[in-house]
Amino acid sequence: MMPASAQGFDVAVIGGGLHGLTAALSLARGGRSVVILERNWVGRHASSATAAGVRTLGRDLAEVPISLESMEMWRRIASIVGDDCGFHAHGQFKVAEFDGHLPALQEREATMRRLGYRHEEMIGAAELRRLIPSLSPHCVGALIVRNDGAADPHRTIAAFRSACERAGVAIVEGCGVEAVERQGPDWLLRCGVRSFHAPAVVNAAGAWAARVASLFGESIDLGVRASMMMATERLAPFLAPVVSVVGRALSFKQSDQGTLVIGGGLQGAADIDRQRSTVNFVELAKGARASADLFPIVRGVRIARCWTGIEAQTRDHLPVIGASPQIPGLFHSFGYSGHGFQLVPVLGEIMRDLVVDQKTARSIAAFAPARLMQGRHAA
Amino acid sequence: MSAVDLLIVGAGPAGMAAAITARRHGLDVLVVDDQPAPGGQIWRSVETVAASPRGSRLGDSYLAGAARAQAFRACGAAYEPGAQLWQIEPGFRAFVTSGGKARTISASAVILATGAQERPVPFPGWTLPGVLTVGAGQVLLKTADQVPEKPVWIAGSGPLPLLYMTQLLAANGRIAGFLDTTPPGRLGAALRHLPGALGKAGDLWKGIAWTLALKRAGVKTVRHVAEIEARGEGRLQSLRYRRQGGSWEETPAEVLLVHEGLVPSIHAPLALDCKVEWRRDQHCYAPVLDAWGESSQPGLFVAGDGAGIAGAIAAEHRGTLAGLAVAARLGRVSAAAAETEATPARKLLDRELAFRPFLDALYEPRPQVFAPPDETVVCRCEEVTAGTLRKRAEVGRPGTNQVKAFTRAGMGPCQGRQCGYTVMHILAGVQNRPPEALGFYRIRPPLKPVTLGELAALGQTDDAA
Ligand SMILES: Cc1cc2nc3c(=O)[nH]c(=O)nc-3n(C[C@H](O)[C@H](O)[C@H](O)COP(=O)(O)OP(=O)(O)OC[C@H]3O[C@@H](n4cnc5c(N)ncnc54)[C@H](O)[C@@H]3O)c2cc1C
Repeated sequence: MMPASAQGFDVAVIGGGLHGLTAALSLARGGRSVVILERNWVGRHASSATAAGVRTLGRDLAEVPISLESMEMWRRIASIVGDDCGFHAHGQFKVAEFDGHLPALQEREATMRRLGYRHEEMIGAAELRRLIPSLSPHCVGALIVRNDGAADPHRTIAAFRSACERAGVAIVEGCGVEAVERQGPDWLLRCGVRSFHAPAVVNAAGAWAARVASLFGESIDLGVRASMMMATERLAPFLAPVVSVVGRALSFKQSDQGTLVIGGGLQGAADIDRQRSTVNFVELAKGARASADLFPIVRGVRIARCWTGIEAQTRDHLPVIGASPQIPGLFHSFGYSGHGFQLVPVLGEIMRDLVVDQKTARSIAAFAPARLMQGRHAA
Repeated sequence: MSAVDLLIVGAGPAGMAAAITARRHGLDVLVVDDQPAPGGQIWRSVETVAASPRGSRLGDSYLAGAARAQAFRACGAAYEPGAQLWQIEPGFRAFVTSGGKARTISASAVILATGAQERPVPFPGWTLPGVLTVGAGQVLLKTADQVPEKPVWIAGSGPLPLLYMTQLLAANGRIAGFLDTTPPGRLGAALRHLPGALGKAGDLWKGIAWTLALKRAGVKTVRHVAEIEARGEGRLQSLRYRRQGGSWEETPAEVLLVHEGLVPSIHAPLALDCKVEWRRDQHCYAPVLDAWGESSQPGLFVAGDGAGIAGAIAAEHRGTLAGLAVAARLGRVSAAAAETEATPARKLLDRELAFRPFLDALYEPRPQVFAPPDETVVCRCEEVTAGTLRKRAEVGRPGTNQVKAFTRAGMGPCQGRQCGYTVMHILAGVQNRPPEALGFYRIRPPLKPVTLGELAALGQTDDAA
């Protein structure tokens, strides 16, 4: 029985991270009535913990087309969500510390050219020094994308949230989906005493997306990661681009506030049940060492806070994007494996295509959910 | 990584008493403290100062610390001054920096004896040079015999301003005036708790004696001050204040020391995910502890003012109890023997605690402490004003951590030590909820800022081990 109090929508989005928000925004602009059901508050997990790097550099070849389209959207993000989200295109650099690091970068550049992509570019030591004077002189070159950059995660969440609200999306926080039932053409989603129904559901539950899928009876093989970040006290501006390095886990940048924001995928511990994750300082010390090696001037800088964010990780590190092969009306958008921030704008369009048109012109075959399902589930 | 039975953080009254007790039962004890010498806040620098003329000016309860420090030095605990604890993991693994190097220490049990901090009170101009807290003024007096050259204004409520003023007068300091912010009617409210407090009549007399001494010295006192503003170009030049129901007055001022009570240091227990409870009587959070001081994390104890504000004598008894409990837990003393040994400490602790309701009622912070005007900076690190927070608080009934994400309040190096409670109260005010419904910030490590270089070194030594 449909509870009398259940509210009905065209689409229910489970999870109020950036991927839930962007899907909801595009769907609402496409004329659908949309509700976002968020267990905590909007942006609580990966989306507010993120380093917010907006990077096409070094993407898996399967991701390059949508990543480039997303980048084009980032450049006009203010026209999409009404705020520039603190986005700056000061470049992303993958630095080679030693000569032995260069061939891999050169090969990557060659591959990209062969495929017709021009955005990744190899530079030598002199140009590197000119672009980043504070970098340790031992570094020998870099693969760079000049127009990549980074944004401010909290501004991005706020901008997407208010764009959603203006577009008429209902945002319900403190509302975790605990059970799912089929009700004729609709899905009934139960969240404690409240319930919602809709014929289409977008699963954007981040680290918990496999659990949400299982509420629908779908089993997806999904891991979890707890990437660690640190932020320092404020410094006078000295670095514009985002710097990573061959062979080490590091992403290093200076925020608008002057703080250094350091990450790069070093892993803490995740506790999915308690929705918590913890920093592992012995691991994080590797990030501190890489920072101090690349930028000797920062050795004495004080770390103000460290944190971790939890996100789902697939075994091939590619996201899960697409309609469920089995369950009518269920659409997946998760498993971004630590690099989903850059993809946010384009994913709204893709989810709108999938839900409204049942197909998309974008190339998303590599992200098919079926690849992570076993046995009879596999299409 | 070094390993000990018991790690004690803090060498104040609680930490020293805990160390002495634990050593008596043969535990292997390490005490770390960020100060250069034992004594904590109350007995800061007592080893060097007690024998000097400065010692007698600071008074008898200060001098009492010398014997405690001596007993502590002699107890056989390893003691590491100048060491900052910046992270602690269940199990326990503690991360400490000293001498520019970070390292880890493993311990079977931990006693946090990290004390209290002065309640941060944002008001217009509180960030101007020349405005300090009474506690900071007192530190200068104890460590360096430093008496402000110019007459100082004192504003606030509680025993500490009274004590500091008598100490300052004894050191030939000059007081421009005392703005007593205790609201009218508080004595009446407090007197209801007097029966419980009578066991501590001595302390009541102490308070009265301080007040009389100030009167004798002719210290100008303005009572029932409700609001204060510090003003000046680049530094404090004048002071505006308003009495309850009165109009604003302005006076020149070069130094202003403020104090509105103490709150327990809760960052370490919060970082370890310990349960905390809201103390309505003291307007702050305190960890949930059993009768021995054990937190909701087994093996982790909190002793001293970090367990709830109760003063130095209570802190010592709490330290003794926690030390005993660890000895019992590690099998160095039977439960029955620990119980017997605990009895006197428990009795004396109860006596101290019986006095608190009186003091808490008398010195309950005035409402304005929690409701700074819109233009006031609340988060000093990120320069976020009360007005910004209020505006943000209207959208979607956000909690403390959401507002932190939106406004950056609490994201700076102090990790919300300065603004946490004020942010809670501001949100509570706008949303018409009790402050405890909002909760405190989630605490991100490190507890104390460690440098990238120090952390980098930690990696190397631990990998090698
Ligand atoms: C530390 C870190 C650094 C990163 N750096 C970068 C970077 O530099 N560049 C980049 O491109 N990407 C980066 N990423 C990845 C990027 O941040 C994520 O891919 C992206 O934010 C994922 O968004 P999401 O909406 O899928 O997940 P989330 O933001 O985690 O949202 C999922 C939401 O679902 C909710 N939820 C879960 N279960 C339920 C339920 N049953 N009912 C209701 N709600 C539920 C959760 O509460 C959560 O709010 C980083 C990630 C982390 C953690």
